[in-house]
Amino acid sequence: MISARQLRKHYQVHKRPPGLRAALRSLFHRTYTTVKAVDGISFEISAGERVGFLGPNGAGKTTTLKVLSGLLHPSSGEVQVDGHIPKKREDAFLKKIMLVTGQKQQLLWDLPPAETFEMNRAIYDVPIAQYRETVSELTELLDLSDLLGKPTRQLSLGERMKCELAAALIHRPKVLFLDEPTIGLDVSMQAVIRAFIKRYNERFGATLMLTSHYMDDVAALTPRVIVIDKGQLSYDGGLDDLVRRVRPEKRVALTFQSKVERSTLERLGKVVSVDSVAAVLQIHQDAVNSTVTWALANLPIKDLTVENPPLEEVMSELFSRSRAAHEQEAAQRGAA
Amino acid sequence: MSVRNTIRALPALFRVGVFEAVAYRAEFLVWVLSTTMPLIMLALWSAVASEAPVGRYGQPEFVAYFLATFIVRQLTGAWVAYEMNFEIRQGALAMRLLRPVHPLWTYAVENLAALPMRLVVALPVAIALLVFSGASRLSHHPVIWLIWCAAMLGGWLITFLANLVIGCLAFYMESSLKLMDVWLAIFFVFSGYLYPLELFPPILRAVADWLPFRYQIGFPVELMTGAHTPAQALLMLLRQWLFVALMLGIVTLVWRRGLKRFAAYGG
Repeated sequence: MISARQLRKHYQVHKRPPGLRAALRSLFHRTYTTVKAVDGISFEISAGERVGFLGPNGAGKTTTLKVLSGLLHPSSGEVQVDGHIPKKREDAFLKKIMLVTGQKQQLLWDLPPAETFEMNRAIYDVPIAQYRETVSELTELLDLSDLLGKPTRQLSLGERMKCELAAALIHRPKVLFLDEPTIGLDVSMQAVIRAFIKRYNERFGATLMLTSHYMDDVAALTPRVIVIDKGQLSYDGGLDDLVRRVRPEKRVALTFQSKVERSTLERLGKVVSVDSVAAVLQIHQDAVNSTVTWALANLPIKDLTVENPPLEEVMSELFSRSRAAHEQEAAQRGAA
Repeated sequence: MSVRNTIRALPALFRVGVFEAVAYRAEFLVWVLSTTMPLIMLALWSAVASEAPVGRYGQPEFVAYFLATFIVRQLTGAWVAYEMNFEIRQGALAMRLLRPVHPLWTYAVENLAALPMRLVVALPVAIALLVFSGASRLSHHPVIWLIWCAAMLGGWLITFLANLVIGCLAFYMESSLKLMDVWLAIFFVFSGYLYPLELFPPILRAVADWLPFRYQIGFPVELMTGAHTPAQALLMLLRQWLFVALMLGIVTLVWRRGLKRFAAYGG
């Protein structure tokens, strides 16, 4: 459904130091540097897949989504979405896709969302019966009935995001690019949006590519993740595998009926936290079974749970490793 | 972008454009006030002509000329360069590019959707033109009025396409609005907006003939006030539409090339 081969997007960026003198000099002589926003990434995504596209700020995630949705022309490489070359922006392609971003809106600012829906119906040539069915379903699922008649500018951020999503789905796109769709939303609204996106994917078999800095979005929505940093791909695979690879330890949370000495716990694994009746241990996944069996047999256990480490920590570690690798590579190049 | 798809979406885009045009009443009032320059010029030139006619222009001729100027300006105005410049710099153009309708058509329809509101202003002036200047100051030739219809469309197209060119230049420069200022400065001198071009010395009049500005305002106004025979008018109409074709070519070029440079900043 989606494929990218050796995709590159480089920009020329004008750079000048701060200050009046530099500003005046830049009038006559400008220096440009090349920013490699995306630098040779390749991946394939099958129809109906939900894929998280992750990376630190400036990694090239949004640039990639913009190339895939036809907004940016790649500097080199090949990109295809359902058999179309996005940069050609053919009608058939544009009717199959939608890019939803948490920071840009398609809703008409001064008019109620219902007007944007109606306009999209006409633009995407959606049959009236299908349009009515879609709007009624979206209204029910996203609880929009009180919002459709209010001018967009008077809606809260969360209300607006719900209407944005609805407007984006009027033509039932087969491919949905979601760029931080839950940014700035409160926890309950994030959950609503997540549940809705998942349902849309399951109901229509839509392919979904999502960027988000909220790991709850990723954990709830995307079994597969693609990680990029400095424009280069650093991981492509299952989320569980990524966690196992970056953090091969599990977290074992223990609650005791009576106090257990710290020294006893330290023999089992790394102590993350401990107080009089509870502790959290970090234990290598290969040793989890034997450790849990031993603990249940020998310690006054009241409750025990085994969890993966928080996804935020996993990502943070992955990004810092990647950064260190880039710095090392740059240093080696400098030395050569 | 298929033409069929675009044409089918035009009524919906027009409807939305009309709703947007009437959303802000205060803004509309301010806009009306900002287009009253011909009425100020009317007062000024009428005062000048009160002692003796200027060329063939006495007071009634100036009244007819500037009321006609006001009507033409209301019906052929365009300001899309400002919106395009903003949308290209802020990346908001992305939302237009995602739709299966050519963005330049959506700009055109939004511009034309303001026409009903502009007619609300232009119609009373048109009636005043008939009442105050008397029908005798207006052309009576039906062919001239037919040419006038084509000239109004041509005038709007030149104004709109010039706006598109300047708007598209934001793909290439950090901001293209200063170019709009330059365009407007030359427009005020050579369009006939502030005075009839007949009052220019012959050499400047010849220059005005070969610039697009006269065909935005002066030419339709001259047709209304009976300054040309049908043969002269047809020749000028041909020149006007050559400018339309030229500007259309430039728009196509700067848009296609500019789009490749679009960075879609923000989000």
